[in-house]
Amino acid sequence: MQIVSQVREPLITGGKTYKDVTDDICKPVEAAPSKIWLAALTLSLVLLFAGGYFLGDMLWNGIGRWGLNKTVQWAWDITNFVWWVGIGHAGTLISAILLLFRQKWRTSINRSAEAMTIFAVICAAIWPIVHMGRPWLGAYWVLPLPNAFGSLWPNFNSPLLWDVFAITTYFTVSLLFWFIGLVPDFATLRDRATSKVSRIAYGIVSLGFDGSAKTWMHYESVSLILAGLSTPLVLSVHTIVSFDFATSVIPGWHTTIFPPYFVAGAIFSGFAMVLTLMLITRVVYKLEDYITLEHIEMMNIIILVTGSVVGIAYITEFFIAWYSGVEYEQYAFVNRMSGQYWWAYWSMMTCNVISPQLFYIKKIRTSFVMTFFLSIVVNIGMWFERFVIIVTSLHRDYLPSSWLYFTPTLWDIMCYVFTFGLFFTLFFLFAKVCPVINMAEVKAILKDSNSTVYKGRRTIPNELVPEKDRV
Amino acid sequence: MEGNKHFLVGIFNDQDILLKAVKKIRSEGVKIHEVYTPYPVHHLEDALGYSRSRMPVAAFFFGLTGTILAILMQTLMMGVDWPMNIGGKPFVAIPDFVPITFELTVLLAAYGMGFTFFITRGLGPTAVPTIFDIRMTDDKHVMAIDLAENKKSEDEIKQILSDAKAEEAYRKDFTEEEFSPTFGKYLIDVLTNGVTVSSRKLN
Repeated sequence: MQIVSQVREPLITGGKTYKDVTDDICKPVEAAPSKIWLAALTLSLVLLFAGGYFLGDMLWNGIGRWGLNKTVQWAWDITNFVWWVGIGHAGTLISAILLLFRQKWRTSINRSAEAMTIFAVICAAIWPIVHMGRPWLGAYWVLPLPNAFGSLWPNFNSPLLWDVFAITTYFTVSLLFWFIGLVPDFATLRDRATSKVSRIAYGIVSLGFDGSAKTWMHYESVSLILAGLSTPLVLSVHTIVSFDFATSVIPGWHTTIFPPYFVAGAIFSGFAMVLTLMLITRVVYKLEDYITLEHIEMMNIIILVTGSVVGIAYITEFFIAWYSGVEYEQYAFVNRMSGQYWWAYWSMMTCNVISPQLFYIKKIRTSFVMTFFLSIVVNIGMWFERFVIIVTSLHRDYLPSSWLYFTPTLWDIMCYVFTFGLFFTLFFLFAKVCPVINMAEVKAILKDSNSTVYKGRRTIPNELVPEKDRV
Repeated sequence: MEGNKHFLVGIFNDQDILLKAVKKIRSEGVKIHEVYTPYPVHHLEDALGYSRSRMPVAAFFFGLTGTILAILMQTLMMGVDWPMNIGGKPFVAIPDFVPITFELTVLLAAYGMGFTFFITRGLGPTAVPTIFDIRMTDDKHVMAIDLAENKKSEDEIKQILSDAKAEEAYRKDFTEEEFSPTFGKYLIDVLTNGVTVSSRKLN
């Protein structure tokens, strides 16, 4: 018996059984590395080593290698930091907030999104560390370690220190959440393993998990509480990142709208990155039945909502600058729009505010090509947002004689390339040794969300639905 | 043999059949050793009569520890040990301590609870699971009934299992060593290709 649902599409198509789920998702992990994977990993490693050379050179010779000047003391470094942290936020949103809201469509994408979170936070954490110039002394500056450098303890009143605690907590808690989710799937891989090495390796990482009812009961409880803890955590992380700016007295920075606006922007860019990665993974790993148009459309709707929030925040900032009557604040915003960095500002506005509005059109938000294209556009826009906030606010400081224009050097660019290399290397390694979809969670929703039980009410254009699943 | 374990293993294909079966089998006075499922089946713990997980309690107390430690650390360092005059602001500025207090609360709650979970469930890198049926991490729900814990005979229980719509029901015997294997034994088994009980054959 097959029902036609009036509200939603099936989440797993192709009439998959439990066995199919295990086989389909374990196959890429168990098979020998494919040529396309090897090529992708090689490319990432090239980026990693090429960028790594410049990063090493920068560490050896100092941050003078970057294009920073007397006025613009933060540029690409902190731009990249905020950009990467923001990207990470989508993973936690999918795994924690959508779990609390009982959104079943998250099950197909949460594993990769959480992995992306962890790798993005690693890439982000590199920037504040290397921008200290002498990172080997950094531990004393940011951690409460007894030392003989002057004031004994770090300044707990500083948002920069809050950031250290926020990012470390975020990273470690996300890692735990991700790992606990992986344990049952590692157990499946352990029991399927046909080589000694993989049986022992997956045996160790699966922690002897056996899927007993009692363990699952505690596991569910732990997942729920971790989701409940991660939800305020993820909101706090970007709030605190925005405090780095908002608690200062720089016109253009000290704005009370920053925390919600940064969080919305983070989710916006994070979902774009999830889409970029998932659209590729879906095709390469042949997971079309697990990551369906329905999933893509849901993510596009979130991009549309958060993109609109970001757009309203930009306009509100302008309004408040005018309404405040503070001429320095007003100048900072007029200068953003029409000063030397007008091109960055208008790139940001086009990519972040105008382009996601295209998702109002059903044809566009259910098109793979357009989704992929716009997901990249959004991330370019979000990088410009951070660049605009940081560089245009700094390049006109209180003393006109020191006003300078920031131009990136090769080191700025290559250090950024390094983090791309790192991110993709980690992601491709993950995609080879871990199941990219959470099998246990997909199986849990399989019985009442598959295409054999019901068909959707054609929320997706019929020509895009595979022949066998059409209404 | 003395110390050997004798089980009846029932295989179920569907979560709803399993739930009904668990209730039916328990109502007939058969004691279930444990049920193993490839994914969390909701209400299975109620059907088996397990009391609610107290992991949230652990999380709360670990979180509270984090809160107290964070407040103590910040007030003692900033207010007592080395007060710093920062723009004439109070040495102990409580609102400034909120973010780090929150972060440490979350950190300790998450890790405290996570490790409580691992330790109480005996999960660890050297833990070796007892596999009743290799399909229990794949696509089947596996019910294990310890014959020593039940007064009913093997055939009676087998009949009850098949009445409860078990797809298969078979007897499974373990020696003491097989039932709770050590990590060393497990490693040697895998390496010598002996393969632990019920594991899939190695290539």
